[in-house]
Amino acid sequence: MKAFTYERAKDPVAAARAVAGRPGAKFIAGGTNLLDLMKIEVEVPTHLVDVQDLPFDKIEQTPEGGLRIGALVTNTDLATDERVRRDYAVLSRSIVAGASGQLRNKASTAGNLLQRTRCPYFYDTNMACNKRKPGSGCAAIGGFSRQLGVIGVSKSCIATFPGDMAVALRLLDAVVETIDAKGKTRAIPIAEFHMLWGDHPEREFALAPGELITAVTLPQPLGGKHYYEKVRDRASYAFALVSVAAVIQPDRTGRVAFGGVAPKPWRVEAAEALLPQGAVAVTAKAFAGATPTKDNAFKLPLATRALASVIAQAKA
Amino acid sequence: MPMMLKVNGQKRSLSLDTRTTLLDALREHLHLTGTKKGCDHGQCGACTVLVNGKRINSCLSLAIMHDGDEITTIEGLGTPDKLHPMQAAFVKHDGYQCGYCTPGQICSAVAVLEEIARGVPSHVQDDLTAAPRATNMEMRERMSGNICRCGAYSNIADAMAEVAGGMG
Repeated sequence: MKAFTYERAKDPVAAARAVAGRPGAKFIAGGTNLLDLMKIEVEVPTHLVDVQDLPFDKIEQTPEGGLRIGALVTNTDLATDERVRRDYAVLSRSIVAGASGQLRNKASTAGNLLQRTRCPYFYDTNMACNKRKPGSGCAAIGGFSRQLGVIGVSKSCIATFPGDMAVALRLLDAVVETIDAKGKTRAIPIAEFHMLWGDHPEREFALAPGELITAVTLPQPLGGKHYYEKVRDRASYAFALVSVAAVIQPDRTGRVAFGGVAPKPWRVEAAEALLPQGAVAVTAKAFAGATPTKDNAFKLPLATRALASVIAQAKA
Repeated sequence: MPMMLKVNGQKRSLSLDTRTTLLDALREHLHLTGTKKGCDHGQCGACTVLVNGKRINSCLSLAIMHDGDEITTIEGLGTPDKLHPMQAAFVKHDGYQCGYCTPGQICSAVAVLEEIARGVPSHVQDDLTAAPRATNMEMRERMSGNICRCGAYSNIADAMAEVAGGMG
């Protein structure tokens, strides 16, 4: 691990200022992804600003009838919250489908949104990777790509966003709240938070340098039946090959988002409108224009089957 | 940097490089070698300890981030003369072979039963609004962050079931 200096922030604007004013500075909360990457020197911050003492550890009702989730609420606490289990079950389900109990105890809501891809070529510093080292090329293209993206990817990078929680947040139309070094706040719809990076795979999140996530808000509950169907190589503690987050209403309409397939949680509103017609119609529309490799073309029929399974459960 | 950890009930003052993980602070600086280093990347669970009562991977946390925290390691759970019930159950049910992953397994197992009692949900729970139960399926799912290369899993689940039964 490269050497770095460390400070523990006492207020949000000071934290934002500490990172914004210093190239190479980063926030650290749970640290489960950042430290993993620092050990292999994929991440090489020169200064860490520890935000664990900031007052972002509560889940509160909003005046609009939704929930405001503090950025530091742990994955375990979020999945356990009675209101989340009852009214936003897809969110609770997505969280417990990811990582391990130990990691969920440490991982924060904001950090989970900011986790980096698990593309093996991003992790291996001997390999070309445009995301890790812009302009160096992409060893994943033409390499082992079974886990990698099938849609929304580019000629520069075929990695995926690996998380589960964000897929449910995308389904629920969550909003990411931030504050910057000048104390200015901003609300970013989750649909715009993770970017389709095109020729700039190093640009993953719609955040300015030093912009700090303070909370994630959920609109009013949707009702309906909630599902998070995750298909992976082992039954627990593995990243998704394909995941399906869905809320299905009694009249068979609903919402659908997919994980494990793209640089961001993949939700196509025009596709989910076809839910009453069944899984084939939805995925044909949602994955129109997909560019799978030979190794990961199986993800397309797998997404259809995973959604068909969800629809069958909703009918039962 | 100067810092203090409360380890197994004792205040321990340390001065550490910022890069020192909680795991290395425990093993290399406090010489509490019960906690094991396996993968050092949060994938195997051998380094599991309890921090303020919650299980975490001590390899994926900086010691400096735990200034003032209460850490419980395997040495703090029980002693050879006075085993923690989970330690005694692992012995009785042969919940290990080589033993390298065992301290992490036991710390994790103790926390799993506490998490079930507290109502933390899991992936295998049918009804999220119901209180989770300490079933074999629940143990297997909740212990998936602890790898055992010897494959003692079924005996570990038996040991946990015995302790869970005694708690009920």
